[in-house]
Amino acid sequence: MNMKPDIMVDERDVELLAAIEDGLPVCAYPYAEIGKLASMSEDEVISRLERMQDTGIIRRFGLVLQHHSLGYKANAMVVWNIPDDLVDEVALRIISHDFITLCYCRTRHAPVWPYNLYCMIHGCERRKVEQQIEMLKHNAGLAEFDSDTLFSVRRFKQRGARFSQTETQNPIVAT
Amino acid sequence: MQLTALEKKLVNQWQKGFPLARRPYAQIAESLQISEDEVFTTIKDLTDRGVLSRIGAVVRPNTAGASSLVAMQVPDKRLDEVAQIISEEPGVNHNYQRENKLNLWFVVTASDTRQLDQTLARIKDNTGCTPIKLPLKKAFHIDLGFSI
Repeated sequence: MNMKPDIMVDERDVELLAAIEDGLPVCAYPYAEIGKLASMSEDEVISRLERMQDTGIIRRFGLVLQHHSLGYKANAMVVWNIPDDLVDEVALRIISHDFITLCYCRTRHAPVWPYNLYCMIHGCERRKVEQQIEMLKHNAGLAEFDSDTLFSVRRFKQRGARFSQTETQNPIVAT
Repeated sequence: MQLTALEKKLVNQWQKGFPLARRPYAQIAESLQISEDEVFTTIKDLTDRGVLSRIGAVVRPNTAGASSLVAMQVPDKRLDEVAQIISEEPGVNHNYQRENKLNLWFVVTASDTRQLDQTLARIKDNTGCTPIKLPLKKAFHIDLGFSI
């Protein structure tokens, strides 16, 4: 599942994503309400959302859960140092495991942070997540690569990505 | 948190492919064989109990603007204070303490790379800690929801 940077959003799409970032209203005609916020018709809201979903800009559209309130408290980020030319192949082996919720390749920051491949596992029990990590290392042939596991300790903030302009108008601290 | 059979059905069926129709909740009501009002009540109740964050779009990273995961090493004694400064930044949407020498992990979003770097410079000034930017190169698998 590669990113497709060639598929872009236009300004109106961004306005729509901003109008919907706090969630779809819970009422009979929610897309009409979103349309009022984004100054577009109900039909345009629906067709733009459909298009963004079809092109993969919207990965999924639906209920976004607070997984920790459902007992998913053992949240591990596992990081690996994988040679660049092997990343794609290794990532495919990793995501074939159904307990993987996210998998990304990121820029390294050597020497403090040599890792370039990340995956997330959200589980209810730490011991079980640790077993899944061991299974992953074994099944995906990852034992030979340097890795680290970072369980989350505390969540200070979590919310969806922002598209509204307010975030870009932070007061810049004069120095 | 225990979910009722109805809540489980709602949660398992509609984390993706939410109806893109004029009356989406009426469509869900029909599929669950309950009234639209019962759908509203169930959703409000799940929200009040902290199970449901919102009904919305999970968007491909870097669709509009720039974002990056950022790691920071914060002295234990200062962790609460520093985490608060970072959470107050409007562009920060995740902020977690993790078990590592790099103990604070957050995601910064901004309208472009320049703004992103300005946010990081401000965080450095305000906290005295050095943010390590770890930008995305490629996404292989993105949050497809949870089976409850």
